[in-house]
Amino acid sequence: MTDMTEVSAGMVPEVKSRSLWQTALIRLRKNVAAMLSIFVLGFLGLCGIFGPMIAPHDYAEVYPAYVKVPASISAYPRADDVIPEAQSALRRARLDLELVEMNGEVLTVIGTSERGVDERVTRYLDRSDLFTNARVVEVSDDGNRIEMQADVDRLYFLFGTDANGRDLFSRVLISLRVSLGIGLLAAGVALVIGVLYGATAGFLGGRTDNMMMRVVDVLYSLPFIFFVILLVVFFGRNVVLMFIAVGCVEWLDMARIVRGQTLSLRRREFVQAAEALGVGSGAILKRHIIPNTLGTVIIYMTLLIPKVILLESFLSFLGLGVQEPLTSLGVLISEGAKNMQNAPDMLIFPALTLTILLFALNFLGDGLRDALDPKDR
Amino acid sequence: MPRSILNTAVLTSVLALTIGSQAVAQTYFRGSDGDPETLDQHKTSTVVEANLLRDMFEGLVVYDASANVVPGVAADWEVSLDGLSYTFNLRDDAKWSNGDPVVAGDFVYSLQRIMNPETGAKYANILYPIKNALAINSGEAEPETLGVVALDDHTLQVNLEQPTPFFLELLTHQTGLPVHPGTVEEFGADFVQPQNHVSNGAYTLEEFSLGDKIVLNKNPEFHSADSVSIETVEFLPFEDRATCVRRWEAGEVHSCSDLPAEDINRLKEDYGDNVRIAPYLGTYYYSVNTTREPFDDPRVRQAMSMVIDREFLAEEIFTGTMVPAESFVPPGIGNYVEDSPRFDWADMSMLDREDAAIALMEEAGYGPDTPLTVEISYNTSENHRNAATAIADMWSILGIETTYNVRDASAHYAMLRDEKDFDVARAGWIGDYSDPQNFLFLVESDNDGFNYPAYQNPEYDALMDKAAAETDLDARAEILAEAERMFLADTPQIPLLYYSSRSMVSDDLHGWEDNIQNVHATRFLSIAE
Amino acid sequence: MLSYAIRRLLGAIPTLFFIITAAFFMMRLAPGGPFDQERALEATVMANLNATFGLDEPLWKQYVIYLGNLVRGDMGPSFVYRDLKVHQILAIGLPVSIKLGGMALALAMLVGSALGSIAALRQNSAVDYGVIAVATFGITIPNFVVAPVLLLVFALYFDIFPAGGLNGWQSYVLPVIALSLPQIAVVARLIRGAMIEALRSDHVRTARAYGLPTRMIVIKHALRAACLPAISYMGPAAAALLTGSIVVEQIFGIPGIGRYFVQGALNRDYTLVMGTVIVVALFVVIFNLIVDLLYALLDPRVRYD
Repeated sequence: MTDMTEVSAGMVPEVKSRSLWQTALIRLRKNVAAMLSIFVLGFLGLCGIFGPMIAPHDYAEVYPAYVKVPASISAYPRADDVIPEAQSALRRARLDLELVEMNGEVLTVIGTSERGVDERVTRYLDRSDLFTNARVVEVSDDGNRIEMQADVDRLYFLFGTDANGRDLFSRVLISLRVSLGIGLLAAGVALVIGVLYGATAGFLGGRTDNMMMRVVDVLYSLPFIFFVILLVVFFGRNVVLMFIAVGCVEWLDMARIVRGQTLSLRRREFVQAAEALGVGSGAILKRHIIPNTLGTVIIYMTLLIPKVILLESFLSFLGLGVQEPLTSLGVLISEGAKNMQNAPDMLIFPALTLTILLFALNFLGDGLRDALDPKDR
Repeated sequence: MPRSILNTAVLTSVLALTIGSQAVAQTYFRGSDGDPETLDQHKTSTVVEANLLRDMFEGLVVYDASANVVPGVAADWEVSLDGLSYTFNLRDDAKWSNGDPVVAGDFVYSLQRIMNPETGAKYANILYPIKNALAINSGEAEPETLGVVALDDHTLQVNLEQPTPFFLELLTHQTGLPVHPGTVEEFGADFVQPQNHVSNGAYTLEEFSLGDKIVLNKNPEFHSADSVSIETVEFLPFEDRATCVRRWEAGEVHSCSDLPAEDINRLKEDYGDNVRIAPYLGTYYYSVNTTREPFDDPRVRQAMSMVIDREFLAEEIFTGTMVPAESFVPPGIGNYVEDSPRFDWADMSMLDREDAAIALMEEAGYGPDTPLTVEISYNTSENHRNAATAIADMWSILGIETTYNVRDASAHYAMLRDEKDFDVARAGWIGDYSDPQNFLFLVESDNDGFNYPAYQNPEYDALMDKAAAETDLDARAEILAEAERMFLADTPQIPLLYYSSRSMVSDDLHGWEDNIQNVHATRFLSIAE
Repeated sequence: MLSYAIRRLLGAIPTLFFIITAAFFMMRLAPGGPFDQERALEATVMANLNATFGLDEPLWKQYVIYLGNLVRGDMGPSFVYRDLKVHQILAIGLPVSIKLGGMALALAMLVGSALGSIAALRQNSAVDYGVIAVATFGITIPNFVVAPVLLLVFALYFDIFPAGGLNGWQSYVLPVIALSLPQIAVVARLIRGAMIEALRSDHVRTARAYGLPTRMIVIKHALRAACLPAISYMGPAAAALLTGSIVVEQIFGIPGIGRYFVQGALNRDYTLVMGTVIVVALFVVIFNLIVDLLYALLDPRVRYD
């Protein structure tokens, strides 16, 4: 038993052997799907952490001229749109437009007004998302005629834009950060509570165990969705608090699994040996029981994170998801689902991202299970 | 169009499915916004219920297909010179579906019932203009003291607290519909169950299955039954507007009473005139907390209102299903002045508005160096989130940093009413009757339940009181217009958009006339064979 | 076994009591009330409503009254659907939800175990990877995306099934598929894992050694053992399926009780929420019991005496 080395490390010279973790790592390395998943997860994680910093647009930046534009690898605006957009931007300026033309990247506009022209009109062009650096080239002596130029601003929307005209690519990046964050947060909270609770119950055994598991049973029958909706009502403003709360609800399975493991570990020789040597309960829990449940716990984590991410997407469907200006994959997908017929990009890209993320988490979970459970395969 | 052939084929198969071997194709599958909360006309409060109840009952006056007030059970009426007393002459041939005649006493019974506090009527206040109504509803007077008297079986007199020029309009609301006293006495609250139900309108209640459907059948006892074409109506509740649209596209329903804004452009492209978007008597606005600094400063409120590009909201966020607002009272309302008040700056260009707004903010002490943080509270639904995002972007010109606070509807509206823990909050108001008072009364100082911004302006209140006492309609309209101008200058609420009603109407459904009240009683509709 | 079942059910009474109490007070602590909706109510009207529904009493008293009524089998009137009592609302919706959920459950078990077994028998083959990929896909796409896509494809584009409502068997097909997809995925994965293990177990190896046909080994021996994890998963899942799903009900326009859960909580329809909470809790208790009894049937090592 590899565990024996660990237990008796203090008394017996260490036996050189592969630990459970080392063997697991070797097995995991052989699993192509799991290794690929690790790379994908690492990549998505990096996208979530650093993506928003290097994204071409701020995730909250609104481009009113580009509402729900389709995904494209070439730049906006489209050549055909420039002139009409300039005309419509200047419509409010009350100018008679004599000339609107494009030369390369420069737009030239000549406009007249009998009441005299206001030099501020360049702002109309600047205000439009299509143009920058609008400037007056010449104003006629009578002040009724103005010539101005503006540069066309080339913008890239790789995934298109959303209903407010925000870059979807940047929003997917930030949503990755948020979704992974809440997944990890809730799963982490569930892990801490579940492991402590389960290990304690399993280790103490007898009546205490009975009592503690009875509580878990009772909590199991509490309708989960109802609970979560109330949590949203209470903590709706604060995403962090809300998902800590979700973690506080999600620990039940974890507690059961860990308890089961602990029960069987307790009967194992190395724990009994430690007990016989007079090691305290707390120390046994900390030193022997909990580390040995880690394998199962990690597998369960990789399943719990997707569960939380999907739960958040369900809440988004109900309109209770993460709040503006932040966003999550769930929010993007539920918004995309409403627009699937008129702006399919709004659904496809976030849904694809979610699928890839959850695929990777699931395959990693499978891989870990195979690697840590020597009986299998 | 091959699509429509396909639709008809599907429709017929659905019909065959639902009504079995019956060869009648005259069933109108009517999509509605959700389940009615009640079918009791005295407990009602929603539009869904209004549509159902208007089909089953007939009040003293009714809306015709174009939402004009026309005689219903009352054949005609006289109004006393002081405007305080209405005498209705009821038609002789009005009958309940069990054959009983509809008599004046039924209306006396009904109006007393709705004012009785024990009924727990959600919309009793609509009829507070009736003499003693408020006292009765507050439990301070007996229901019998209500100012409604049956002079004989066919003559009903209604006395009012003060002249109410829109009183007939009030009676078109579903709260004014009569109940059959005998059935209510016998079955109590269960009089609304199909097996007990007795009605006096064009249809009778056949089946009510929550979440599934409500089936109404033509009432042969109805006085104008000959002119009613559709035999059966099935009201189908849709919590999700997209679901109704899909079923409409599949030819399974004839009409949808609301459409998903995000899908409008596609629907217009694919179905053209089947998409009906009509002006509606409602305003979408932001309430500003006038008790909180710096929003107690009208200049700040005005500036925040000025920089909002309502056209963008209407066209892009609400995809043309809303109309940019220029005032609080929506256009097309009755009893109002020709040239109704608008923002002073309504005709200014966006640029000038922005400059003026920046100047106003500077006057109030806010600028790029002293930015203002504003929290927008809104409830989780529809496009509120997208609208808030767009408005926050527009406010950034004033150096305003925006945060958001989303609550579910119950929490949001409870907060607006009680704690008033907000800077700026989304709200909306759909008029119950076509009169400017129904909008302007919202911010009267003592209007506890409705005055979200906690607006306190004695001058405004005085104007509203003056209007209430005025019997001359034109003079009254002028006073109300003055009140609205004061409202717009003070901006306790920032009007953003006027609502539009949006429906899908199949080519087979005839007689659907767009109107500002969005009422489409089934008795005026017909289905092509 | 019968006495065991009865003991378990009696033991559930304190659990139910706890759940009712917790749900009651949590619901009441939520801000807003049943009459706070988009349409503001006049102050007098609000007072009348509160009096009509007894909301003007102190909270503890409302709780005592509610419990008292409940013991007599009265769940009270709904705060929102005022013409109906809560038990009437549940009586309309629950059969629909059970029917739909039951079909989805059966489909999930059948297809899930078939897929899982096939994958396990061809472990590490293309078939295996295919099944795993499809199964994983089933869990990763939220059903509020799957459901409208199914409708667009099969109801609008191909026009095979109705686009909503419940009229005839055709209208059950799409909602049942939408409901069961994620469950099929989970069951397939669970069965596959357990089956691989079972195929390696001694008694299956013995059976193989005797030269029994593979089909028989799989069905009689391996599947029986491999079912256990799937069954313990399906216990709570079945309770959830049979009590309805708001997503599927909303998108297909189905009159089940799943939506009352969410709507009731959001509308603060106190009594309706309590009613659904009780129903769900009962289902969970019953299905946990069923799972344990099934375990005893399938696994000879488990005994309840």
